[in-house]
Amino acid sequence: MWRELRDELKDRGFEVVTVALETRGWKEARRWIDAAQPEHPSLLDATHLLGELYGIVNVPTGVWIDEQGLLVRPPEPAFPGRPAFLDQPLPDTVNPRLRGVLTEARKLNMEGDRYAAALRDWVAQGADSPYALGPEEVARRLGERSPEACRAAAHFELAQNLEGEAAVVHFKEAHRLQPRNWAYKRQAWSLVDRTQAPNAIYPTGWLEEVRALGAEFYYPPLEFEPEQR
Amino acid sequence: MVTSAPLVPVAEFERQTGWELKPEGACRGSLCIPLPAPAGDQVDLRSVAGKLGMPLLHEPEAGLWSMGPAPGPVLEGAVAPDFTLPDWRGGDFRLASLRGRKVLILAWAPW
Repeated sequence: MWRELRDELKDRGFEVVTVALETRGWKEARRWIDAAQPEHPSLLDATHLLGELYGIVNVPTGVWIDEQGLLVRPPEPAFPGRPAFLDQPLPDTVNPRLRGVLTEARKLNMEGDRYAAALRDWVAQGADSPYALGPEEVARRLGERSPEACRAAAHFELAQNLEGEAAVVHFKEAHRLQPRNWAYKRQAWSLVDRTQAPNAIYPTGWLEEVRALGAEFYYPPLEFEPEQR
Repeated sequence: MVTSAPLVPVAEFERQTGWELKPEGACRGSLCIPLPAPAGDQVDLRSVAGKLGMPLLHEPEAGLWSMGPAPGPVLEGAVAPDFTLPDWRGGDFRLASLRGRKVLILAWAPW
């Protein structure tokens, strides 16, 4: 999905680094990467290190770093455009759960066109771009780790090192402590059922939780205004 | 950080947590929290975790300890934390190798 934008901007001192957050490792991530054949660095993060370092709680999430290695936009939803398949009519053969998932997915706040335009502006203008944030605004947006989020991180990391029921206990505790961390939830659900449907272990899945939340709140809106340094 | 014992080498503790152990205590940025001096080159998570506000979990059956981060700002300052991760073409890739260019880190997942 990022290839076109990367090809457009790569000769202007810009690079994309994609990072797959996936406890199961290359065997899951490679299927997508082999199909995409990326020319940019495409990395595996099998322990969700980026979640811990940058406070990333969902995907896709983008972070901007300038030439000096400073953060100029902290984690936020990052789409290079609107995925075309979302708006295609669904064939009658689509099963009800997938139909439900796609129906909710259409309502998600993606704002890909705005995001891509902002990225182009930053690559062209650097620090003069209104989308490049100063250190105080970056710190404000990054915010603080709550004691609950810190405990959730300890449970999630422990769970990734355990198997079966022992792992589930700690995944569930991470979910309880930090309910809006979708990376914790989706990773744990997918270890049990790839479709993230309700089951004996996890009584709710992606579709149920997104419906309960309201799909429009799943990705926070991009904070593009007012932009100031 | 997850370990199989509550005693970990000081260097490992510092690398995993971002806290530096100095004579005056555990320091991160301009903040220092007084700690008893570590015995030798190892640090006991059971004595430092509580003082730094870090949660420490123990799973006796698996023989594992897990220590979470300390509450507070996600980052001290705007310097992007460096990391090194395996690249799909083989070998490791370090974020800092892109210094001098603008970088978009894009976290995604197969799930």
